[in-house]
Amino acid sequence: MTHSILEAKNLHVAFNGVKAADGVSIAIHQGEFLAIIGPNGSGKTTLLNICTGYIRPRSGSVLLDGHDITRLSPRAIARRGVARAFQIPQLFSAQRVIDNMMLALAATDGLWTAIRPLDTGARREEAEALLDLVGLADDADRICSTLPEGHRKLLDIAVALALKPRLLLLDEPTSGVSALERFPLMEALMSALRQRHITALFVEHDMDVVARYASRVLVWNAGNIMAEGRPDEVFGDAQVRERVVGVA
Amino acid sequence: MRTIVAASAVLILAVLPVAAPWLQFVLTVAIAKGFAALGVAVLLRAGLISIGHAMFFAASAYGVAFLARAGINDLGLLLILSVLVAALVGAIAGMFLVRYRAIFFAMLNLAVSMVFYALCAKLYGVTGGTDGLPVPIPAVFGIAVGEPVFKSVLFYLSLALMLLVGLAVQRYLNSPLGHALSAVHSNEIRLEYLGIPVWTVLLIAYVISAALAGLGGAIAGFAIGRVVPDFAFWTASGHLVLIAVLGGIGGVPGAFLGALFLELLHSAAVTVTDAWNLIVGMTLIIVIMFLPQGFYGLFSRKEASSL
Repeated sequence: MTHSILEAKNLHVAFNGVKAADGVSIAIHQGEFLAIIGPNGSGKTTLLNICTGYIRPRSGSVLLDGHDITRLSPRAIARRGVARAFQIPQLFSAQRVIDNMMLALAATDGLWTAIRPLDTGARREEAEALLDLVGLADDADRICSTLPEGHRKLLDIAVALALKPRLLLLDEPTSGVSALERFPLMEALMSALRQRHITALFVEHDMDVVARYASRVLVWNAGNIMAEGRPDEVFGDAQVRERVVGVA
Repeated sequence: MRTIVAASAVLILAVLPVAAPWLQFVLTVAIAKGFAALGVAVLLRAGLISIGHAMFFAASAYGVAFLARAGINDLGLLLILSVLVAALVGAIAGMFLVRYRAIFFAMLNLAVSMVFYALCAKLYGVTGGTDGLPVPIPAVFGIAVGEPVFKSVLFYLSLALMLLVGLAVQRYLNSPLGHALSAVHSNEIRLEYLGIPVWTVLLIAYVISAALAGLGGAIAGFAIGRVVPDFAFWTASGHLVLIAVLGGIGGVPGAFLGALFLELLHSAAVTVTDAWNLIVGMTLIIVIMFLPQGFYGLFSRKEASSL
């Protein structure tokens, strides 16, 4: 058994009496690509918010490499090697695509070493390589706010990759991406994850994507884990097929 | 091309007082206000409007007066120390103020600056009250000089500082810190998720902006020969915001363009009518309507639109 990079233990979170996590415990193992599926509003994004320090659970704890990070800020957790791509892309809309990338790269280089320009030749090359990886090479000099939604999504993922994380949390990476671009994006993403030895957790609604790419699937329903296992095992479960996948 | 335009502009400014000596004072004050407006423009990049930066302008000018009274009598040393005074005041105020955004940031800056103004006006024994304090003519590199020589030295020193400090600020704005500052306006959440401390980014910007306002205040104090509480009044802070917006925040030259335009317009308008405010106001409306990126937008439309 590979070691757990991230563990969430006995999490309890509720919003206005609705339980988003009701004593849930999960573990993400080194090198895996864990998918979380479940109905809308079941608490999947809340889990990502807890794991990245954006919200704090009422009780329970989150451990990163065995160290308690439950009370840390998103910034402190990011500096420990956890990056996040959002369901609604979080970008610097008024800046150019390449500047978004270079700022993320500069953040990992150490912002304080840098009275040098943001655009050092090496940093630009690295940014362009990542943009090329997600298919945004032609958009490098565009202002972010002018990008179509699908491209904004791709950029959000590229920014997260630029942080050179050990663990990447992706919230619906293929939503807003056209059907034609979906699988090429996932192939590029998987390739980047393997090359850089990045462990990943992704929340996803596209079951084809989950079936094809996840190494393990966790089914979240009403704040609890309903099922867990390899994709073929989970999708073979009649209850999961009926309640989550929508196929009886 | 941009370097040629900038060099030509500085050269023209340098020879103008030779043709029209009365312009030397106007241009020196304009450059002083340009520094302070540049400080305001730095914060505007993060979407933060300070209606209190005249406080740092005044703090530095008072600093010069106090230091001169304490026996320090060298132009360079007085300039450096007074800028440090402004930066220190900026660091203390900034630690508290950069936690706020939008109207709260603007109003708190205004409030703090008005407290400072009231102290300057009321502590007669220390600050000279509304009469203010004299700013004596210091030695230049250890050489005692007369007023006309000093005013010329001050003007050309201001011009040189405009170039040097302007380049330094441009470098800061092009650095990761400068880009992080602009990013605060767009998306603080993403900055935090990049592991970048927003509070620190803003505090550094605030201290830099206070130091710039301080540099302007020290130059103005030397040029005018006196510092009065009105240096810190809220209308003076509003004036700095106006200059920054008028000149455009797309690039460093914008603040100086705005300051030069406004000072020259003011000087011309007062010779035409007592209602000079009417001319200034009308001109401003026209400029703001037709040049939304400010004067700097005329020279660098592409760069301005990317901010």
